[in-house]
Amino acid sequence: MATALGAMTHTQEDTGLWSWLTTVDHKRIGAVYTVAGFLFFLLGGFEAVMVRTQLAVPNGTVLDADRYNQFFTMHALTMIFLGVMPMGAGFFNYFIPLHVGARDVAFPRLNALSLWIFLSGGILLNSSFFLGGAPNGGWFGYAPLSSIEYAKSSGMTFYVVGLLVLGLSSLMASLNFAVTIINMRAPGMSMMRLPVFIWMVLVVAFLLILSLPVLTVGLLQLYFDRVWGTSFFSPSTGGDPILWQHIFWIFGHPEVYVLILPSMGIVSEVLPVMSKKPLFGYSAIVFAGAAIGVLGFGVWAHHMFTTGLGPVPQVVFSASTMAIGVPTGIKIFNWLGTMYGGNIRFVTATYFSVGFIALFTIGGISGVMHASPPVDGHHQDSYFVVAHIHYVLFGGAIMGIFSGFYYWFPKMSGRLLDEALGKLNFWTMFVGMNLTFFPMHFLGLAGMPRRIYTYDAGMGWDTWNMVATIGSYILAIGVLVFVVNVIKTMRKEPDAGNDPWGGATLEWAIPSPPPAHNFDVVPEVRDRDPLWYNRDHGIAPTPVPEHNHIHMPPPSYFPLIVALGVLLIAVGALSTLAIVGLGAVVSVYGIWGWALEPTD
Amino acid sequence: MGGSRPGSMIAIIGSLALVGVVSFLLWMGFADSGDFAGHPMTTWVPKSDNASLVHGVYQLIFILAGAVFVGIMALTLIFSLLYRERPGGEARQFHGNSRLEVVWTLIPVLIVVAMAVPTFSTMSVTSKPAPDNALKVVAIGHQWWWEFQYPELGITTANELYLPVNRPVSVALQSSDVIHSFWVPQLSGKIDNVPGHENHLWFTPTEARAEPYLGQCAEFCGLSHANMRFRVFVASTGDFEAWAKSAAGDRTAPTADLAKAGEQQFVASGCVACHTVKGQAGAAGKIGPDLSHFAARTTLASGTLDRTPANIRKWLSNPQAVKPGVLMPNLNLSPEALDKLVAYLDGLK
Repeated sequence: MATALGAMTHTQEDTGLWSWLTTVDHKRIGAVYTVAGFLFFLLGGFEAVMVRTQLAVPNGTVLDADRYNQFFTMHALTMIFLGVMPMGAGFFNYFIPLHVGARDVAFPRLNALSLWIFLSGGILLNSSFFLGGAPNGGWFGYAPLSSIEYAKSSGMTFYVVGLLVLGLSSLMASLNFAVTIINMRAPGMSMMRLPVFIWMVLVVAFLLILSLPVLTVGLLQLYFDRVWGTSFFSPSTGGDPILWQHIFWIFGHPEVYVLILPSMGIVSEVLPVMSKKPLFGYSAIVFAGAAIGVLGFGVWAHHMFTTGLGPVPQVVFSASTMAIGVPTGIKIFNWLGTMYGGNIRFVTATYFSVGFIALFTIGGISGVMHASPPVDGHHQDSYFVVAHIHYVLFGGAIMGIFSGFYYWFPKMSGRLLDEALGKLNFWTMFVGMNLTFFPMHFLGLAGMPRRIYTYDAGMGWDTWNMVATIGSYILAIGVLVFVVNVIKTMRKEPDAGNDPWGGATLEWAIPSPPPAHNFDVVPEVRDRDPLWYNRDHGIAPTPVPEHNHIHMPPPSYFPLIVALGVLLIAVGALSTLAIVGLGAVVSVYGIWGWALEPTD
Repeated sequence: MGGSRPGSMIAIIGSLALVGVVSFLLWMGFADSGDFAGHPMTTWVPKSDNASLVHGVYQLIFILAGAVFVGIMALTLIFSLLYRERPGGEARQFHGNSRLEVVWTLIPVLIVVAMAVPTFSTMSVTSKPAPDNALKVVAIGHQWWWEFQYPELGITTANELYLPVNRPVSVALQSSDVIHSFWVPQLSGKIDNVPGHENHLWFTPTEARAEPYLGQCAEFCGLSHANMRFRVFVASTGDFEAWAKSAAGDRTAPTADLAKAGEQQFVASGCVACHTVKGQAGAAGKIGPDLSHFAARTTLASGTLDRTPANIRKWLSNPQAVKPGVLMPNLNLSPEALDKLVAYLDGLK
């Protein structure tokens, strides 16, 4: 039986749809993650532009209240879970093995399963738009507004089920990444020689491994409340809405670092290479990243300063939140130290990295400002916070990801993105981003609350709202310039060569795009910047032995079957129990076949 | 710093000038939004004792934030210009500098300590219980309007809160449904109205004025979250007492024929099931706002419409069009019924 299964599984083609559906190659999986994440990013951007259009003028009529609430909720969910995290996961998949000197991740089929479950979750969540209305209670889903009593449409059930599915995907991916980083390093690649990007991924993986189970419990409780009439969070029957906030933010705050740390890692790769000098204070940057990860679990209640926690928790969480400003400050100074004394090559990747430093700093500063509970009494739920999160997540996370696109696109595709379009891309995004989000500080100071679909003239909010809306259009054009750049670049002949930037990390020693097995010979690492060390010490690459037998994991369609089963369980959770049963059968079949599948 | 590179003085001076100009423009933007004229909900002009204390911390933190902003922006720009690639340029190879790293670990430590000390000392005052002589007010958030009760004075009103100047007020915050948040920026930072969990805040308004202090629900609370506005009037002690006397009493009974017919209509259309009008027999509903002194208020529909006969009519004709999701149904009132009800309601002083 097992042999028969194996014969069916092992397709030999390496092109065509079936080869993609059954792939376990971390590079292909990474590429699909990146493309899917980017498409969702465009969708989330469309939602944002609609929200901004509604708010351009007082008493706007573009969206009605319900549609507006769906759009701002889905904008956040899409950007966080379907855009930024998957684009990050795309880089993780593609570059962890290349950076640590491995031929694939530790569990290649699990990796494929993460991908298919992520896609299922993304499609499921967005299908709600056509099935009775999208989630409309905010990405934070506060009880009791998320209860069946106050959110009667199925939107918030889609929210619960969608996030459970996506969480499953992230959890599996995180375990996979952590094991790969710890166990699959090439000879000589000690932990303190890991590229900073990989260190940040490791921190992110542990953040998710520790925080997602908490969210999962909360979501299951909310599901029970909504579907089976329990009362975990409903005060009218003895539940506690504040409990949900604690659960959500114990996940939700580490999640912020999940979004920003990968970009900090990317910037820590791009800046030294473009400055042509080693990263300033490697150990400090690594430990600061780890410290941010640890402290990130001790600050959740700063999202709840206005809920009536009482002075003692306010002081504790205020102090821990201010403390997290210290490692963040260290990182910023170390990036500046990396630029100091350099001979910085200003390509588009550098522009986005330097832009990251400036814009993320603004988000960091405002974050420390509302660490003070009295000040937060003004900032909380006002546009000041909207400005803050977008400086962190757009100015930080997205600018970092775009830096990564320009830096690694040549490695992934063999082609250098167009630099002229790249600079246009940067400047339109930079100007658009600042026009959109800086005025929100002014709006917050002028008392404009968040999440309002309309406002009156005469509040002094008209001008900056109009400016922000125009800024969002410029921002959208900037993103489209990137799309044009990618299309144009893909039409030209490969021109990148192995190493267009003079890179320091292992991926630049192999062809672009890399072969399926990555490294002909597993490299030996002698320094934190291995390629520079080899260059400076005249160490030639190890010759490829004549009979070089490389064992790569065969393709498998079982991840796809298990993911289909999970999707059916999720669909059943939204409709009828029978489909849950069907999904369970499909999943078990998939897992069974998976377990018996021969691996060579 | 890097003086050996050509044109470094120009780069430094140019960067500082650019950062200076940008910072100045941003400061102008903040100063404009902090101006009460034209920004009635500004968070920058405190008009109560506790708000003024908080404002002191806010100012200090703003200045620290501004200094960090200017410093980091200037360094980023200067390094970008100074160390950009030049033909024949060499990058200096070094891995770090322990002394420098200790220094720039201490800088953020000192900044957050400078923030923390005044923050916590302010909280030690504002988180005390309200003074004993405080006026007690209960603010209940409903989807999507505010109910205000004065338990000691026997007053229940909606969406407009009257307070005497220079007397502490203790606000008990409650909710009848989902989480709301009570926010009048000039008088106090926001505190949430959490169902099943009473919160408290207190402040002493320091300026009586004719124009209202504008407030708005700050916690997303569903469909008409944007339409959950309210007003606070701070009056002299004498004016407040006069208002309280009137507010505690019965409605003004209608005298004109049309208004009297409106009183009948108020019963016939079922309004009494949800609304209280003290002094009208049978009008004791508790679901909607107390309308006993409706015409003493300046607005209707939770602060979204000025109280004019035309707006009352607009509201009664189709409440959903004004406040999406509102519990009040469209009663499909005839034009005649509308005439009567408007006349009645607009006379409830």
